[in-house]
This record gives sequence, structure tokens and C-alpha cells, in this order.
Amino acid sequence: MIRRLLQGIVVIFFVSIATFGILQLAPGSPIDVMVGEAQVTQEQIALIEAKWGLDKPWYVQYFRWMGNMLKGDFGQSIVRTGVPVSTMLRDAASVTIRLNLIALVISTAIAVPVGIIAAVKRNSLFDYVASIGSTIGIALPSFWISLMLIILFSLKLGWLPASGSQSWKNYIMPVMVLALQETALVARLARGSTLEILRQDFVTTARSKGLMERVVVSRHVVRNAMLPVVTVIGLRLAFLMSGTIIVETIFAWPGVGRLFIDSIFRLDYQVIQAIVLLSSIIVVVMNILTDLAYAYIDPRIRVR
Amino acid sequence: MATTQPETSALSRATVFDDRQTQRRSELSRSWRRFKRYRPGVAGGIVIILLVIMAVFAPILAPYSPTEVNTRRLGEGPSWSHPLGFDGIGRDILSRTIYGARVALMVGIISTVIAITIGVLVGATAGYFGGWVDSLLSRITDTLMAFPLLVLLVTLAAVFSPSLKTVIVVIGVTVWASYARIVRADVLSLRERDFVMAARAAGANDIRIILRHVVPNVLGPVIVIATLGIGGIIILEAALSFLGLGVQPPTPSWGGDLSSARQFIRIYPHMAIAPGMMIVITVLAFNLLGDGLRDALDPRQRE
Repeated sequence: MIRRLLQGIVVIFFVSIATFGILQLAPGSPIDVMVGEAQVTQEQIALIEAKWGLDKPWYVQYFRWMGNMLKGDFGQSIVRTGVPVSTMLRDAASVTIRLNLIALVISTAIAVPVGIIAAVKRNSLFDYVASIGSTIGIALPSFWISLMLIILFSLKLGWLPASGSQSWKNYIMPVMVLALQETALVARLARGSTLEILRQDFVTTARSKGLMERVVVSRHVVRNAMLPVVTVIGLRLAFLMSGTIIVETIFAWPGVGRLFIDSIFRLDYQVIQAIVLLSSIIVVVMNILTDLAYAYIDPRIRVR
Repeated sequence: MATTQPETSALSRATVFDDRQTQRRSELSRSWRRFKRYRPGVAGGIVIILLVIMAVFAPILAPYSPTEVNTRRLGEGPSWSHPLGFDGIGRDILSRTIYGARVALMVGIISTVIAITIGVLVGATAGYFGGWVDSLLSRITDTLMAFPLLVLLVTLAAVFSPSLKTVIVVIGVTVWASYARIVRADVLSLRERDFVMAARAAGANDIRIILRHVVPNVLGPVIVIATLGIGGIIILEAALSFLGLGVQPPTPSWGGDLSSARQFIRIYPHMAIAPGMMIVITVLAFNLLGDGLRDALDPRQRE
């Protein structure tokens, strides 16, 4: 267990070096971004370099940056001068988390029962429809579905606003898009894992005891089948950044995904670094947590 | 074997050769039979063949040039001579959609080849040598998997300035982790198997053992993940181009065309339909083919 934690720390260290390294490779320098079109002298540039510590060698910069990150100080945006990155992130994160939590709750509520029923009634019409639905759902790119929903609900029907985040109506389309793929994936997984449990000996035992099928499923199967499903939902939560980038960009939501893309186009180095590093640390931590939870729930699994 | 007497060597070599041939053929034909049973997989395969033909013969199949601008017919809807209509800058949508297959398949296939090469090498090395080599390579693999993929791709694409080449390389060097993991696990168990022991006893060196005995044995699962992965890569490429960080206009690409469709969505919504449908069809075809191949080549993973 301690080994697992140590591995996690090593990975986070590697991630931080990679994050720092990637942006060192960038063609322009933060100075160019700050200065913009303005006419500046060599002395002024040297002054800015000294102020931001850019005149030091890269490893000094790295350790200073990492040290500040550990203290929770993510620096200041070089584009929106004076605004601390942590403030920008906190505001954006609350939006992103709200959006994704709603999508997660809805998709889980639909996907888990659908997956279980499809497995129990294997090869039924319901199973086929669910399978086809989830296969197509996985293949649908979120940016295209978003455009189709906008055309239908905003342009043709005029029911929902295409962008912004003011009213509850603004939530509907982004949540639909985020929930769609999640539902398809989780339903597929829930079906597979239920099928696996249905084949186990203890299910046969329960049936031969004379228990009603309904009781067998609800008491013995579901509980065991949900273990991998819960794990995957936990892991997906860690990766919500990827889905959220597209959706927040299209529907103009002021979340982390949009902040990230805006920062990319403005080359706002401090913000980019902070988002890349933090989103990766979340993945590593969620990975360890799900491993722990798994071991705790299922004593058969010992974490090596 | 080659150093035996001339009279018998030809005969024995022929026997050995024949033996291997039958064995291989029967294994292949068994896989092929299993594959044929899964209809959606066969359908996916056929669609992919058609898409490849479409990409290769795009100049013949496309009725117009994909970049020719007709300023008098901006955003015009479908008509007999232009079945999908014109886009917002006056280009024929059907022709652009046909040409778009080139970018999608090129990125999907070349990136996958890059990823397989890196992943198999890293995984085989880690699993075969074990010890600190394994630890180091495994942590590097973990590190790669820790980045949310689209976040990493967007950053890399922006840093190395977006283009078709950047997209291919950047995707290729970021998606190899899953290959490395599965190959490492397989090699770990293969390492102890008799035929690898025998090869080592016969004096084969490590590189030879890895390339001749270990790699062919993990090829089945690798082909399956590769096929299932291409769909995801095509979506990633389209997402990058959609965000303006992938293939740059005027090169026709489905993601890029959807990006321009987004700008014109209020006046020319018909622009958004065809490129998106093509992405869905292509991704679906690769996913179904992958499911079929999994049943046929990798019985362990069957549902």
C-alpha cells in the first residue's frame, strides 16, 4: 500500500517535470506575450525577466515554480495581469464541477439499471436496443452532437439558449452532451459485469435454494456487479476535463475547459501549467483512491 | 538445421516448412471463421474498405475541387449538381467531405503505427528485463496515463504549432501507454514459458528472443486494441481540428469543416451534417471491426 503511494508521488513528480518541460519547448517566450506589440528596450525586458525569475536557469525556475505550486500559489496570469491563477481556477472549477456532477448523476441513474436489465434479459429486444444505443453513443463525437442539438433546440424549435450560463435552461444541452457518452459507456460496462456475475457459482447456489430470480438479482448479482462499475465511474470523474473542454467551448460556459482553451490561444503560460498539472494530479489521486476503495470493499483483492 | 548433409536437408526443411504452414493456416482459418460469425464486425470491415477506396480515389470520386471557391453561391443548400450544397465560403460540401476521409484515415492509421511501435518496444523491454528497467518504464507509462488526453494533446499541438504532421506525431507519442501495459503483462507471463526458455538455451540473444518469440505472441491483443483505438484517435483528431489546433484550413478535414460549420451555424446549418455523419460512420465501423477481431483473435477477452 505504501508502495502504491510512493509510486503515485513518483508519477506526480514526473508529471510536473513533463508539464514544465513542454512549455519550455514553446516557441515564443512569456515575455513576448506580456510585451505584445509595445516598443520596449533591452533594459525593460531584462527588468521583466528579473521580476518573473526568467533570467535564472531552467532548473531554478522549475523548483521555484513547483515550490509555489505546493504552497497553493499558482502565480499570476501573465495576460490578465495581476489576477492570481488560483482565483481564476476556483471560479471556473465550481462551474465545471457543477455541470459534470449533474451529468454524472443523470447518466449513472440511467446507465446502471439499463445495463443490469439488458444483462438479465440477455438477447431480448431490450438488450438489443440498449446494445445498439450504447454502441452508437460511444461513436458520437461530443462536438457534433452539440451542434446538432443547437440546430434542433435553439435554431429550429427556439426552446433553449445556445450559449451562456444564466438560467436553468442553459444547463440542458451541455448536460445532455456530457451525459450521453457517459451513459453509453457505463451501460455497456454494467451489462458486461452483470453477465460475468450471473455465471458465478454462488448465483447458481442462490437459484437452487429456490430463491425467486428477482431476489437473486437484487440481492446477489447487483451488489457484486456494481463494484467495477463504481470504480470506472470514479476514474471517469478524474478525466472529466477532456469532455468538458469541448462542451464548455461550444456552449460558452465559464468553466475550466473554456479557461484552458482561452489560455492556450493567449499563451497564458501560468494558467496552462496550473491546469495541466492539477488535472493530472487529480487523475493520479483518483487512481489511488479507487484502488483503496476496491481493496476496502472487496477483501479478496490485496493491494500489492 | 542448415548444416546437415545436403541430401536430407532439402527434405527436412520442406517438412518443417510444410508443418508450420498448415499450423499457421489452420489457426488463421479458425480465426477467420470466428470473425465471420460476428456480422457487425464484417459490416465494419466492408465500410472501412469503402472508406479507404474513397480516400485513395478522392480526386476521381469528388465531383469538384475541395478548395475551389464559388463566391456567388455562398451557403447554398442541396441541389442536383451539388447534392450537399455549398459551405459558408462557397466550396462544394460533398467534395470536401470525400477528401476529408484522407485526413481521418491518415491520422488514424499513422498515429496508431507510431503508438504501436513505441508501446510494444517499451512494454516488451519492461516485461522482459524486469528490475529497475521495468520500474522506470512503468512509471513513465503511468505518467503518460495521468494526463487527461485532450488536455495533453491541446497543449502539445499549441506548443509545436498546429498542422497535420503535428497532429499525427502528437497523437502517436501520447497514446502508446495502453499497448505498453498489455505487452508488458503478456511478456511477463511469456518470459517463463518453455519455448522462450528453449530459445534462450539454444543461445538466442535477448533482442532476438523479444523480436522473434515474444512480439509475435502479443500481436493478437495489440491488433485488437489498435483497431478499437483508431476510432478514438479519429475523434481526437477531429476534436483538435474543431478547436482550431489540428489540421488547418483550407485542407479539407471533417473536424475542421465542423469548426467552420459552427461559425456559420445560424445561417447555414446544413454545413454541420455531412462531416459529422462521416465521423460517426467511420468510428462506428472501426469499433465494430475491433469487436469482431477481439472475438476472433483474442478469445481471453471475449464477452
